[in-house]
Parts: sequence; structure tokens; C-alpha cells
Amino acid sequence: MSNAASTMVPKIVRVIPRNRNLEALMLLFAVGLNAFELAQIQLSILEVLTNELFFYWLPPAFLAFVIHMILRRRASEADPMILPIALVLNGLGIAMIYRLDLAETANGGEEMFAGRQIGWTVVAMAVAAAVIVYVPSHLFLRRYVYLSMFIGIGLLLAPSLPFIGRTINGASLWVAIGPFTFQPGELAKIALTVFFAGYLVTRRESLAIVGRKIIGIRIPRARELGPILVIWGASLLVLVLQRDLGTSLLYFGLFIVLVYVATGRAIYVIVGMTMFITGALVAGRLMDYVAGRFDSWLNPFDPENYDAFGGSYQLAQGLFGLAHGNLLGTGLGGGVPQLVPLAESDFIIASLGEELGLIGMFAILALYLLFVARGMRIGFNHPDDFSKLLATGLAFVIALQCFIVIGGVTRVVPLTGLTTPLLAAGGSSLLANWIIVGLLLRISDSIGSGEKSAR
Amino acid sequence: MNRELKRVSLVIFVMFLSLFIASTSIQIFNSDAYAQDQRNVRSAYDSYKTQRGAILVDGQPIVESQKVDNVYQYLRVYNDKSYSAITGFFSLYQGSTGIESAMGSYLTGKNSSQFFEQISALLSGNPVQGASVELTIDPVVQKAAWDALGSKRGAVVALDPKTGNILAFVSKPGFDANLLSVHSGETSNSNYAELLNAKGSPLLNRAANELYAPGSVFKVILAAAALESGQYTAESTFPNPPKFQLPGTNVFVQNSGEGKCGGKATVSIADALKLSCNVPMAQLGIALGQDRIRAQAELFGFGKKVRYPMTSTASIYPENMDDAQVALSAFGQYDVRTNPLQMAMVSSAIANQGVLMKPNLIENVLSSNLSLLAQPQPEIFSQPLSQKTAQSVKEMMVAAVSSGVSGSARIKDVLVAGKTGTAQNGKDQPYTLWFTGFAPADNPQVAVAVVIADGGGLGQGGFGNSLAAPVARKVMEAVLRK
Repeated sequence: MSNAASTMVPKIVRVIPRNRNLEALMLLFAVGLNAFELAQIQLSILEVLTNELFFYWLPPAFLAFVIHMILRRRASEADPMILPIALVLNGLGIAMIYRLDLAETANGGEEMFAGRQIGWTVVAMAVAAAVIVYVPSHLFLRRYVYLSMFIGIGLLLAPSLPFIGRTINGASLWVAIGPFTFQPGELAKIALTVFFAGYLVTRRESLAIVGRKIIGIRIPRARELGPILVIWGASLLVLVLQRDLGTSLLYFGLFIVLVYVATGRAIYVIVGMTMFITGALVAGRLMDYVAGRFDSWLNPFDPENYDAFGGSYQLAQGLFGLAHGNLLGTGLGGGVPQLVPLAESDFIIASLGEELGLIGMFAILALYLLFVARGMRIGFNHPDDFSKLLATGLAFVIALQCFIVIGGVTRVVPLTGLTTPLLAAGGSSLLANWIIVGLLLRISDSIGSGEKSAR
Repeated sequence: MNRELKRVSLVIFVMFLSLFIASTSIQIFNSDAYAQDQRNVRSAYDSYKTQRGAILVDGQPIVESQKVDNVYQYLRVYNDKSYSAITGFFSLYQGSTGIESAMGSYLTGKNSSQFFEQISALLSGNPVQGASVELTIDPVVQKAAWDALGSKRGAVVALDPKTGNILAFVSKPGFDANLLSVHSGETSNSNYAELLNAKGSPLLNRAANELYAPGSVFKVILAAAALESGQYTAESTFPNPPKFQLPGTNVFVQNSGEGKCGGKATVSIADALKLSCNVPMAQLGIALGQDRIRAQAELFGFGKKVRYPMTSTASIYPENMDDAQVALSAFGQYDVRTNPLQMAMVSSAIANQGVLMKPNLIENVLSSNLSLLAQPQPEIFSQPLSQKTAQSVKEMMVAAVSSGVSGSARIKDVLVAGKTGTAQNGKDQPYTLWFTGFAPADNPQVAVAVVIADGGGLGQGGFGNSLAAPVARKVMEAVLRK
């Protein structure tokens, strides 16, 4: 009896869930912030608060606390910052999409996104909760490394398949089944991160052995370059088939970074970047579409690009919107972000920059940076190599995606068809990013456990 | 692996740093350039979204923004065409002029004095409302000036000599600014083209931005320069031939009556001004020298742009003239050019015992919650002449009206000081007709300048005294409520 008591008592009493208490506090703040945004929008545009506010406010707030309670029971040591940050970003996205819907209604339009976004948010957060519950440990995914590879490649290539593939705005990144359209590339990034992490953790030793020296640089052995060539080829295939530089850069960049982290060999980065840039330049020469994107990037205000179909009109209008925001922004509901095409998805960051100003822009970027930093921290502190690579990969893929999308809108890089994680309208993107949230939470819980995967 | 992770973290940091820099560059450093791009309709939406402040005269709006039911929300409405030279226009497509431009930051609520309003607007989500601008214009005087000019092209400026406040400011023919404030670009553009090509150039601000040869009204400045030099008094005399040969030429200057100036062998400066004679003035001009005349003219404001708060065109007294040209410039010919605002300033300085007050149109600026944002105080522009000189020149100008050639400005029971001018613009070109003066001479309440362009429709048949002086008289009468 006393034995039974001594094994049971510590589990219930001794652990003070500091992380969870902190998380609860920050969640309250996040929920309050989201309510404030919605209220400001309603007061600014409708000049009255309506019950609709609760429809856009309560579901994510409620589910965030459900996830919080699950974490208390199942992963009490999980990182406390990740969930609140994801909730703030998701909520801000919903608020902006709702605000654009109101502008659309005022103009007599009918295409509404906010309701769908709420639906997808509920689904995505439920799946994130399921990930925390049903992925019992951070090692679980290691069993499915090669399955992940097939799923990843399948998802990546699905939009190129006949019948279900769809081309929207020039990029073939969608599949359509019945009335639903889906961007499978978003989920592919998770499957491929799992695969890369699993593959590299077993191959890192042999990849790290470099062969002969040429002009003072150690060159990897030819057979170790094989997998890199395969991924490079696949990335270029994505570029050619799906006509999207961003997606192709995202996967290739992810892979190169993970190879570097696993092996510690900078030569892979150098070779990889050279190969990618060469490939992209050749593709730019061969494909008008890519060349047009480059030209629009360099000269968005050139009338020839501005007036061209699929030219720089959107980019230029997005820049006008951002500039309109200035330092303080017009206030939510005070600007005219609806003037930019795809203001609720690809260009949601321009919409937010217009209404929240440079201050809001910095806040959003800081939130992303913090989110990524928490992910990198998990990679840093985790004792297990697979988990290290997985957490790093998931964090880096978010960082790179932010850089490519926001950089595209702010003219740091050419514009591509990726979505802003957690903010932009779109179900597949929300689902994928909430799964990443779930996985990072799950992995972070096991940092202190000392649990290691077998070599 | 942690060494590599540190480096990857650094790369991530650099990626985000580039985003921070790029957004700062767009939203702060290039924001004005983007706002000015013609393809950016946001500035236009913006300027119409806030209710632009009204422009008031005596508490009554002469320009206001009225709520309308389209994306622009407000339409700018101009209630009185006689104010067009003051208000200017505010157009989505043609920009803005006049008070609409000079006081634009207040009218749109963007002035830095409205900072706290902007902050509270930001927090409440309601747009800032523009401040209203009250003018110094006296509507009775403004109407008198507008009506007195009739169908003649020209301009009137009336100043309060003690404060510099502008009491009337008229340019004819003037235009209906409602034609340009319309929201339709097509209509606005075609109306603008029509106004540009219309007879009489209605868009010109003849009161302050067109330059005319002053003719004999310039003699006031010459007389002031002579007396200020200390070498001459009002009674200093010059030889009185009917003709004067310009040095180095075979051209002769004549008095306007083609005879002697008065019946004597010599003529005083006072009589030359009273009778507006060219021959003695030409001699005086050469004797004084161009530098002294120019210095005097510049003290009155020649060569300077005046912000009232619009910006006037600087009047010109030419440089590097030979004696013949100096002689012509002495009575306001050759390349001397000025505008009514400048000539009203000359009269105003003489009226105000030699102290020239800076012309000003703005009585005050009130924010939408009626707090006082600005209230310009009277400001000294310069002191172009001593009290003594001012008194002497005043007496000459009184004589010019009461017993000289400027008699059409006489007002019953009021001592009026003034000077007419009939400037030639070349062979067969219509005259430019002038009057400048003030009243009452012993306690000046108004200084006025009138210009009538294109000979007032009479070619070379009209004179300053017959066309310009009566206009000035009506304006002065309006101020004195006679």
C-alpha cells in the first residue's frame, strides 16, 4: 500500500506546471487582444458591436484553452509561448479577413472568407489537439520516416496530376476534389521535414565524411551527393510543373539547412545554393513565367510590368498599401486594403501593414521571430538528434516561408505563391501550421525527460 | 549540432532583419514617394475621406465639404465666385491652389498642431476632421470690389494699414471652383482645359501673381526715395521743359498733357506727383540713381515673395540700366513690373507712418472641436520710410486726389490720399490702369490698390483716373461704410 502511494503521489503533487500557468496567462492576453481587434473593426466599419463578434472570437479562444488543458494533462512541460503566439497570429488573420469581408459587403460583393477561415481554424486546432493526444512521444514519427517520404512526394506532385490539379493565379499548387480546393504542398512540408530528419539522422555520419581536397576545399564523396541531386531535381521539377519559385525554394532550402545541421559541413550549403541558383536562372531563361516574375520584382512601377496580365499590379498596389500605413497605420478598418488583389491571402501582410503601420508590421515579424526562436530553442536543448532535426526543420520551414512570402510583398525577393503562416486565408495552410504547432509542443515536452532514440 | 544551430539561427535572424529593413524603407522612407504615384488612389480617397475644414468669412462658410453618397464621401462646395482668387480650388485631378493649398495641412487635419486630435482619432477609429480657416476678409468690402470691377479684367487688394489684414482680394474674371472639385475625372479635366483657354484667363490670380507695368503709381516710390535720400524735399524743384531727351538717345519723354508741368519755369516734386508729370520725374530718377530707387522699392517689398499665406510673385525693379532706362523706370515704365498686392503695401506703409505691416489673410484657425490652432498676430514687414517722409508723401497724395489728376477717388467729407497710373505697354497695346491710395488720410483705415488690365476694354482710351480710381473709391467707401 505504501509502495503504491509513493509511486502515485509525485505524479499528482510534486510537479508545479509553471510553463502551463505562464501559458494560461498569455492565452488570456491573446484572447483579449483578438477581441479588441474584432471590436475595433466592428466599431470602425459598422459603427456598432454585433453578436457576430462572438462567432469570430470564441471558437479559436475556446479551442486554445482546450489544447491548454490537454497540455496540462499530457505534456505539461511543453513550451509555453508557442500556443499563445499561434493564437494571436491566427486571430489577427481572422480579424483582417473579417474586415475585408465587411469591405466586400459594402461594395456589394458576395465572396466571403472569414466564415470559412473560422471553420478551418476549428478543424486545424482540433487536429493539433489530436496530434498532442495521439502522437504519444517525439520518437513516434521516426517509425514512419519512409512512409513520410512517399506521402510528402505524393502531396508535392498531386497538383500536377490530371483531373484533380488546379492552376490558380498562374501557379499550379492546388488540388480540387468536389467543391474543396486544397494546397497539398503545405502538408508536404511537414511530411518532408519528418523524412529529412529521419533520413539525415541515420546518414549523418557517412555524409559528414568528406573526400578529396580540391583547391583547398574538401569535396563530398560522389555517392553522398546522390540524395542532394535527387532533392535538387525534385525541387526544379516542382518549379517547372507548378510554376512556383517559392515552393521549390522552400523545400530545397529546408533540405540544405537540415543537411548542414546534421553534418556540420558548410560545403553542402555552398554546393546546394549554387545548384539552386543555377537551376533557377536556367529556368528563368527558359520559362517566361519565371522571367516575368523577376522583371516585376526589379521594376514593379514600370508601366510595361504594371499593366501586364499577371504583372506587377498586385505588388505595386501592395507597396502603396504598406506606404499608406506609414508608422502608425490607418487603424483597423481605417484603410483601403481591399484595393490589393488577394488582400486576404497572399497579400494579407500588406493589408495588416496598411492598417497597423510599421509598428504593427514589426510586432507581427517579432511574433514570427519569437515563434521560430522557440522552435530553434527546442532543437537546441533536445537531447535526441532526431527530435533536434525535426524541431529545427519545422521552425526553419516557418521562418523561410515567412521570409519568402513577406519578402515577396516587401520586394526583398521575387513574389511567389506561398501563404503567410497562420495569418492568411486558406484551410490547408492553417491545417499544416497548426500541426506544426502540435508537433513542436509535443517535442518540447520531452526535452527534460532525457529520452533518447536508439542509434 | 548546436554549433550549426547557432549559425542557422543567425541566418534566420538576418532573414528577418532584411524584412524589418525592407518594411521600414517602404513604410517610412519611401512612403511619400509611393503616395505621390498617380496610380495610387489611396491619397485621393484619403483627402476626401476626412471632412475637410471650411473656409469662413465673418463666420459664414464660403467653402465647405458636404456629405455625399459615393466613395469620396465629401464634395467640396464653393458658395461665392468672387472669392476664387482667395480660396483657389481643390481638385482630385488638378491638385489645389490658393488657401486650399496654402492652408491644406490644417484643412485636412494633418497639421502638426493637430497631433493630439490625430492620436485620439487613431484610437477611436474615427477620421480626423479638418480645421476651419477664418479669413480677415470683410465681406462688404469684398463684394464692393467685385461689383466695382464689373466686367473689366483686373484686381483689387485692400489692406488694413495698421495690421496688414487683407480686407478685400479680388481678381477678375475669376472662376467657379465647383467646376474642378467634381469627382468625375473626365468632367474635371475638360472643365480645367476650358478654364485654361477661356477669354480673360480666369485662373490667373491678378491680385498677387500677375505682374503689370505700374506707370505713374511708381512715382510714389520715387518720391519716397527722393525724400529718404535727404537731398530733396517735397519743394525741391527741377527744370520744367515740355520735353526731355533721354540721355544717349533721340527719344523724348513728354508729360501726359504734352505741355509743361504747371505754368512755371521750374516744378516741385510735390507738384510733379500731384499733376503726375513725367519730365521732372525722369530728371529726378537720373539724379537719384537706380541703386537708391531700387533700395527704396525693395524696402517696400520689390524683389521679395510675400507669404500671405499664399505666395505672391515678386515685383521687379530692373538692374543694370543705362540713364535712359533709369529715366523711364522713374515713372514706372521700361521693365518695372508689379502687382496690386505690392502697390497696396506701398500705400499701406505711407498710411501707417512709414511702418509696413505684413499682409495676412488668416484671422484664425479653429479645430473641429473649436480649439484655437493658430491666430496670426500683426507683424512688421519693414520700415521703408521715416515718419516724416511718410507725412510728406501722404500730403502729396492727398493733393493729387483733392486738387490733382487723381480726382475720381474723392469721397465726400473724407480726406483721400492716392495716385493714379496709366501704364503704356508698347505701341497699339492697351494701357494698364492703376490706382493706389488710402483713406481717411488723417486716420487711415484702408489702403487699396486697383489694377485694370487690357485697358479696361477701351484700348488706349481709358485712364487710371477714369477707370481705376472710381473702383478704389467704392472699395474705400465700403470700408468707411459711406
